[in-house]
Amino acid sequence: MPSTRDIRRRIKSVKNTAQITKAMQMVASAKMRKAQMAALAGRPYVDLMNKMLAAATASAGEFTHPLMEQRPIAKRAVILVSTDKGLCGGLNTNLLREAGRFDAKETVFLTAGRKGDQWTGRAKRTVAERFTYHDNPRFTDALAICKKAAELFSSGEVDQVDVVFTNFISTLNQKPVVRQLLPIVELKPLSADLKVESTESHLAVSEYQFEPSATDVLGNLLPKYVSYQVYQVLLEAKASEHSARMVAMKNATDNAKQLIKDLTLEYNKIRQANITKELLEITSAAMAMGS
Amino acid sequence: MATLRLEIVTPEARVFSADVENVALPGVDGELGIYPLHVPLMTQINCGELVIRQNGKNRHLAVGEGFVEITGDHVAVLTDMAIDADLIDEAKVEKARREAEVRLNQQLSDEEIAVTEASMAHATTQLEIKRRRQVS
Repeated sequence: MPSTRDIRRRIKSVKNTAQITKAMQMVASAKMRKAQMAALAGRPYVDLMNKMLAAATASAGEFTHPLMEQRPIAKRAVILVSTDKGLCGGLNTNLLREAGRFDAKETVFLTAGRKGDQWTGRAKRTVAERFTYHDNPRFTDALAICKKAAELFSSGEVDQVDVVFTNFISTLNQKPVVRQLLPIVELKPLSADLKVESTESHLAVSEYQFEPSATDVLGNLLPKYVSYQVYQVLLEAKASEHSARMVAMKNATDNAKQLIKDLTLEYNKIRQANITKELLEITSAAMAMGS
Repeated sequence: MATLRLEIVTPEARVFSADVENVALPGVDGELGIYPLHVPLMTQINCGELVIRQNGKNRHLAVGEGFVEITGDHVAVLTDMAIDADLIDEAKVEKARREAEVRLNQQLSDEEIAVTEASMAHATTQLEIKRRRQVS
């Protein structure tokens, strides 16, 4: 049976842990609110851009753009958007499981976030370039990633670029997803399965005029489309990360509290047992002396 | 009377979404006045002033570069920036412009230059519109 001193020591250590997880929970929940708002605010923009592009490409006729070129896929690049730090539950584990499905030989990775980067080392994957992104993702972060991805794609080094990230659904629910970024074929927003307040359907019009010309408008719109998709992905990933961390830390704090309760109970039981034992010893000693 | 459904969306928010009588856009090839039943058109806009005519009143907005999709009853504006002219804080914008200027003189990566130049253009546009409105 553990001594009361051992249990006291354990209670103290669990209390310390609970304090830390509680603090992390507070920090994460503050960051989470900001990140969630940023992710949600970005959705209508990407959504509308998507619709425009779909309508435009449909009526542009014979228009082709280097970023839309479809080739047989011999090699592909994957942009892996993970977190920099751990302690966010199963977020990265789930994400990396998706990433692990790509064939190791045919795939090069562009990593954003340290956890994914470390994984490429462990899983022996090829990394084309490593990127970092800020806690409040900046547009420049997305631009840098896009530049490299477009470069790989246009030079023919890879024939498809996918992006693997954690889509933010709600505070309690984030889902790792794989979406095709290049070539631009199906014009679906990366965060498609989410309910975005729908802009009125105006896709019925079949023929658009372009000013100055279809090539100009689409030529400008496509690269922008790609970089905003990536930007939105970064926002979604951050919102997911902070939400997951908040929940993980809340669970940890709750568990620690329960543990403290259990340990305190045990501590009191042992303390009482000790007192009873001592009393017994005293009384039996007294009885032995008296007789 | 026919109206247009105008929608202005920036990366930060859906800035405007309502029925309007007409709208003037700073198109790349000059100003575009859009009335209901316009031919379907897809075009680009520059930094500049966007004027919304709604319920007989004009509303001025400073907008950044972007794209516009026009159908007979719908105008969708996709832009980096959209700020109501009356809400422009001159001192703040002037400060942002100076900061951008300073940053442009530093060693920056291509991406950073692009972004800084964009914020510079935004600030300049806002100032121009604000000042023009104060004069008139």
